[in-house]
Amino acid sequence: MLELQGIAVSPGVAVGKALVFDREGYSIDRCLISKEETASEWQRLVTAVERAHRALADRGEKTSASWGADLGGIFTAQQQLLVDPHIRSEMDHLIRDNLYSAEYAVSEVFAKYAAAFRKASSSFLAERAADVRDVERTLLEALTGKPAQTLKSLMNEAIVVSHDLTPGETASFDPEKVLAICTEAGGPGGHTAIVARGMEIPAVVGVGNFLHNIRSGDEVIIDGHLGRIFVSPDQATLDRYRERRMARASIVSQLSELKDFPATTTDGVRVELMANVEFPNEAQASLTRGADGVGLYRTEFLYLGHDTEPSEEDHYLAYLKVLKDMQGRPVVIRTLDLGADKMGQTRPIEPENNPFLGLRSIRLSLRNPSLFRVQVRAILRAACAGDCRIMFPMVTTLDEFRSAKFLLRSVTEDLVSEGVRVPSSLQVGMMVEVPAAVLMLDRFIEEIDFVSIGTNDLTQYTLAVDRSNDSVADLYQACDPAVLRLIQRTQQITSEHGKSTSVCGEMSNNPAYALLLVGMGIRTLSLAPSAIPVIKKAIRSVTLGQCEAMAWRALRLGTAREVDAFLMNQLAGLVPEIVLQA
Amino acid sequence: MEPTHTEVVSRDLTVQNPEGLHLRPAGKLARLATEYNCSLELERCGQVADCRSMISLMTLGASQGSVLTLRASGPDADSAVEAIARLFESRFDEL
Repeated sequence: MLELQGIAVSPGVAVGKALVFDREGYSIDRCLISKEETASEWQRLVTAVERAHRALADRGEKTSASWGADLGGIFTAQQQLLVDPHIRSEMDHLIRDNLYSAEYAVSEVFAKYAAAFRKASSSFLAERAADVRDVERTLLEALTGKPAQTLKSLMNEAIVVSHDLTPGETASFDPEKVLAICTEAGGPGGHTAIVARGMEIPAVVGVGNFLHNIRSGDEVIIDGHLGRIFVSPDQATLDRYRERRMARASIVSQLSELKDFPATTTDGVRVELMANVEFPNEAQASLTRGADGVGLYRTEFLYLGHDTEPSEEDHYLAYLKVLKDMQGRPVVIRTLDLGADKMGQTRPIEPENNPFLGLRSIRLSLRNPSLFRVQVRAILRAACAGDCRIMFPMVTTLDEFRSAKFLLRSVTEDLVSEGVRVPSSLQVGMMVEVPAAVLMLDRFIEEIDFVSIGTNDLTQYTLAVDRSNDSVADLYQACDPAVLRLIQRTQQITSEHGKSTSVCGEMSNNPAYALLLVGMGIRTLSLAPSAIPVIKKAIRSVTLGQCEAMAWRALRLGTAREVDAFLMNQLAGLVPEIVLQA
Repeated sequence: MEPTHTEVVSRDLTVQNPEGLHLRPAGKLARLATEYNCSLELERCGQVADCRSMISLMTLGASQGSVLTLRASGPDADSAVEAIARLFESRFDEL
């Protein structure tokens, strides 16, 4: 058994056979042709180049439609590589003078450049080797008429193991067949990571060199929670993971039967379960999980991992897709939450000492009105396609909320004067993530339509804990009584004014905490689509009275540890069948 | 009759975009170069690339801050140099 540690970038556990996706190993016949065949061989290559050109154009369009024009642009550049005069004349030389077959010539020339790039000292050039191989594969496919080793049409389930994966490859995976992804290269912010999370494929990246220790068909375990990989695991490890996976699978299949039932307590109290989504494509997936709407549409993906600022049209198309896919269900779009750990292209001039207390989120947007207006225009233009709501993140002071609303009003007026249809009324809310906003909520409440509590940041700011800092991460507890009191106060003030509070942090993904929140009066939870079934099951197993009793007791405890132990114990008593999940 | 001596127009250009002369910028430059008839080459530290060939441009490995020498000779050399300099200055339209 070989045990390896990488970076966990997409959660989940998979046990299965490895498929080593090794582009270097693309095997083609190294065959020579006769002198008389050179003209027809060259013509065969020219036709294949044309076909490959169309294939890349097609891939570019599809990728633009699903993941944005910036990713699509990669394939436009790849098209240019296909018609490169140097590559062309080198292939011409190999066919006419060395009597290489077209396939042989293609692989020879592209392999030469890919190898040169890989050896280059600059990392940006090394990463381009993947693009050269992408073009080579497309051209070979066009020549031979049969797909190269591709994962689009996998017959059997497999765990894909590779040095690295190109954006094109990752986006083309069939999540039904690709059980997990594991790469030697890559980091948490890479395309593989972002796409794998969006597609709910467990993934571990950045493992380091290990491909020489694994062959296709080897048994592998990928633990996307802990970032661990086992190659040819021993029986005990295998049994441990199989057991966990089976228990999980049986719960998942039971839970999926609840898809079309509402999240209602046994005594008839309805709780709305909304989805947190990052990519436009996840809207569809959240409906499959039985979501009542999108409670938090994060819009940062448009900025992250791209070289250029997204245009108004990029924003607009993404929002339009989500609103249409949700078919009239509410969609809450959160304006840009960049800064601190998530940076787009707009980087601060000076590095900040305390980025989480720095120019981030709504502060960054208000400081860059030209960037902010582009997004707000796109939201307003798309808004008529469904039940669209807008919310501003990390609002700390009333001034900030008023400035954001002022900008919203001025953009609305611009659009109306341009003759663009905008909704006659649009619900505008704020995220409660800073204790100051909770303390001042009685003053905010007249000016806002709804509140969404972001428990991740609220916990961090209340407890003064940077959760990305290993030395204090154990102090980060969303169930800390101080955090619970802030949630309680927020809920009381909004309900007194007939407005709604939802909770959209990671806290909602935990069934015990979800029941606590229901007991505290919260009726809308927004959570990861994958967590919707288990939370629905928990809610459908209890009465409101039981939740309220839990909340009454929890709010009287003194420490996070006591609260957590109490809640876990309660969950085990009330909904024992899902405790394994937690 | 062909002119016996063709003047070479040359200019130093700095790579300003953070990603350097990578896939998309090289593609844009190669496409632009095909619109002109003059010879166009780009030199970095003694290594010379043909502006019409995206792969040779990428092989220069020019990252942000690299200074490249553009050399053009032929009938439309001046306008080609102008257009290419503008493309560099606009950071290849990538921020």
